[in-house]
Amino acid sequence: MISPHGGKLIERLDFSEKSREEANELPRLSVNLDESRDLANIAHGVFSPLEGYMVREDFENVLEDGRLANDLPWTIPITKDISEEDKNRLKEGDTVALFYNDTPIALLNVEEIYTYDKKEYAEKVFRTTSIEHPGVANLMKKKEYLVGGKITLLNDPPTKFPQYKLWPKETRVLFKEKGWKTVVGFQTRNAPHVGHEYVQKAALTFVDGLFINPLIGKKKKGDFRDEVIIAAYDALFEHYYPKNSATLGILETEMRYAGPREAIFHAIMRKNFGCTHFIVGRDHAGVGNFYGPFDAHEIFYEYPDLKIEPLFFRSFYYCKKCGSVVNDKICPHGPEFRVNFSGTKIRELLLKGERPPELMMRPEVADAILQFDNPFVE
Amino acid sequence: MTEGKEKKYTTVSIPTTLFKKIERRIKGTGFTSVSSYVTYVLREIIAEDEVPEEPFSKEDEERVKERLRALGYLE
Ligand SMILES: [Zn+2]
Repeated sequence: MISPHGGKLIERLDFSEKSREEANELPRLSVNLDESRDLANIAHGVFSPLEGYMVREDFENVLEDGRLANDLPWTIPITKDISEEDKNRLKEGDTVALFYNDTPIALLNVEEIYTYDKKEYAEKVFRTTSIEHPGVANLMKKKEYLVGGKITLLNDPPTKFPQYKLWPKETRVLFKEKGWKTVVGFQTRNAPHVGHEYVQKAALTFVDGLFINPLIGKKKKGDFRDEVIIAAYDALFEHYYPKNSATLGILETEMRYAGPREAIFHAIMRKNFGCTHFIVGRDHAGVGNFYGPFDAHEIFYEYPDLKIEPLFFRSFYYCKKCGSVVNDKICPHGPEFRVNFSGTKIRELLLKGERPPELMMRPEVADAILQFDNPFVE
Repeated sequence: MTEGKEKKYTTVSIPTTLFKKIERRIKGTGFTSVSSYVTYVLREIIAEDEVPEEPFSKEDEERVKERLRALGYLE
């Protein structure tokens, strides 16, 4: 089995009643649902080797080099922003309780409080400072200080999909029990069309297992709703996937839309789940025209020490001449023969309540999506 | 934030002959300097020494299997 990132799967859990009660007596910071989920991701090892919110040295190294202070690859800052008022009320060495509504989610040992430059953050992580970029827009709303320090989880945050919620410890046992020595991870925030299915199955041809790992969390307007993605994959699995070589589990964290840097982050999380390979598609984790279609492929060449193997895919399309689903590497025919899997086209049809053509989307998948009044985030 | 931040690079000596060989080798590749090539190669080699993972305890593993069976992931 592949080692977790940094060599050790992090586990920082304390679900004792005593600690939960003690949390009520401590100074508080509130966290939102996405932040609660990331606290759980730290504590259950999804973000191994992180044990908490980044301190300044790690944060600055991540911005500058895409690596932690110990040189380990890491591309997305994991931080907690606080206000000037909070900064004045807290001091280094304090233990703070992080509350989501009335639930104490975690304890934070305050190691360091520091300022940061949002413009530099945006440039380094998102490669743009345009507030048209949803990640940048989000960043600009953050408070002025960051607090770093180790955390301990007191309660798992709520999830809408407990039956699909797997932590790295669980997937690692699952893969072992299934006898999978090589596992390819697939990141998605979409309901699957036939093009996705071909990418997944092409990759699965060369490894023992496929782990479909939809990302559940804050998304932007027009993205598929979480329930829809799950229902669509359920249908695809039931009708088109072999049970002994494919499985589905969710990952709850927000999309950052950081393109290339997020592709590395996505790969690291899947390594922690026990995947040996990771599918990187066209414009992976991109948004609008902020990144080139293969920027997220190129960035992997800066990380020879990542250990999880990226599998780079170009887009699949249907070729009328070949009579099958192909990509430009294996099909010699011109654009006049091509039927592209257009997300926009599929969305249009679904919004009208119509099934997309079978060449584009499996009818069972389309029906699963059409059960919902509005399949998209408003 | 940029103030007071030192660039974290240092110098390593390698034989001039090796340096020249690398210089020739990286011509026409994506590597822009001998330093970036050497960094790449060293990171690749160092990553090989990652410590093997400690296995989970028997009790832990059983508890996990129990949950996986309850969820229908395992028979
Ligand atoms: Zn063709």
